[in-house]
Amino acid sequence: MFSTAVIIFREVLEAALIIGIVAAATRTVPGRNYWLTAGVLSGLLGAGIVAFFASNIADRAGGMGQELFNAIVLGLAVVMLAWHNIWMSSHGAELAKNARSVGVAISDGRSECSVLLVIVGLAVLREGSEATLFLYGIAASEGAGAIPMLTGGLAGLLVGVVVGYALYAGLLRVPMRWFFAATGMLILFLAAGMASRSAHFLIQADLLPSLAAPVWDTSALLSQQSMFGTLLHILVGYEDKPAGMQLIFYVSALIVISLGMKWAGRPRNVDKKMVSA
Amino acid sequence: MKYLLLLIFLLPVCAVGAEPEYVLVIQNHKFEPTEIKIPAGKKIKLQIQNKDSTPEEFHSDDLKREKIILGNKTAFVHLGPLSPGRYKFMGEFHESTAQGVVVVE
Repeated sequence: MFSTAVIIFREVLEAALIIGIVAAATRTVPGRNYWLTAGVLSGLLGAGIVAFFASNIADRAGGMGQELFNAIVLGLAVVMLAWHNIWMSSHGAELAKNARSVGVAISDGRSECSVLLVIVGLAVLREGSEATLFLYGIAASEGAGAIPMLTGGLAGLLVGVVVGYALYAGLLRVPMRWFFAATGMLILFLAAGMASRSAHFLIQADLLPSLAAPVWDTSALLSQQSMFGTLLHILVGYEDKPAGMQLIFYVSALIVISLGMKWAGRPRNVDKKMVSA
Repeated sequence: MKYLLLLIFLLPVCAVGAEPEYVLVIQNHKFEPTEIKIPAGKKIKLQIQNKDSTPEEFHSDDLKREKIILGNKTAFVHLGPLSPGRYKFMGEFHESTAQGVVVVE
């Protein structure tokens, strides 16, 4: 029962942390809760569908369908997180000031909300489909003995949700003037970490060369399996033995998204100057 | 999207390089053999046959690999090039029994 709790906790933790960060980052976006809930629900539905077609997916791409699927889902999540951050750098200031014209805020916020739905949905989908397969295996093989294990799974789920909520609640305590800079930073590194993991799956599928693996080995210093290592792995993409290709993806994502944020943030100021002049 | 399509088109090209294949069997939530010897500095292909009816996740933090193998299915995992050493792996869904190690020489 305990081991089941640990496995489910590991699967849930990542999605819970991502949701915690994204929920905090969009605190001022109108209708956020509705879209968050829709994201979780569609993610769960998607997880069920993916688990059901797991065999079909696995056989694709010369047996590398699972890797390709994970790489694509992670890649999509990177694009969505990047989009969110870039959108926030151009609109965040207005939303933070509780935009005077609510109509504009809502129509502007709508596209942001669908991005929110996709980010949350993808996070739940990826982790949820693995959890579903695992729980299905238990239910199929253990029969009546499955009840305590499923209870363990539920416990793992709850603990994961609590950790995600704790991150969310903690973020909300960050003073407003640093708040969007802080969540923006978190999402930037979250996205870079996902890009690196996307590369990891492409390396595993032998679609990309690893390019010097590992570049460094800090597993003795901070193991990726330790609690702190796991947290850092999810939040900022920490790897104790990264492949060169992962570093390239990580740094590229950092640079591209940062440039996008700078670019999106700049023309707005120019507009304001022109208006005030 | 273009990048993705490119990747998919590149698949057959990548598949040409014939790597030596090693077989690993999962039965009763255990690996057989529990120790696999492979040469250092070479890429290899690990064929994993799951003879149980339930899914298993081949998971190795040392090898940086994670792959779900569904019940009564066979899957492949590419490994290497690796430097000499012992690389542990396990079945994440049955960690207490499914344990093994890749020995690179």
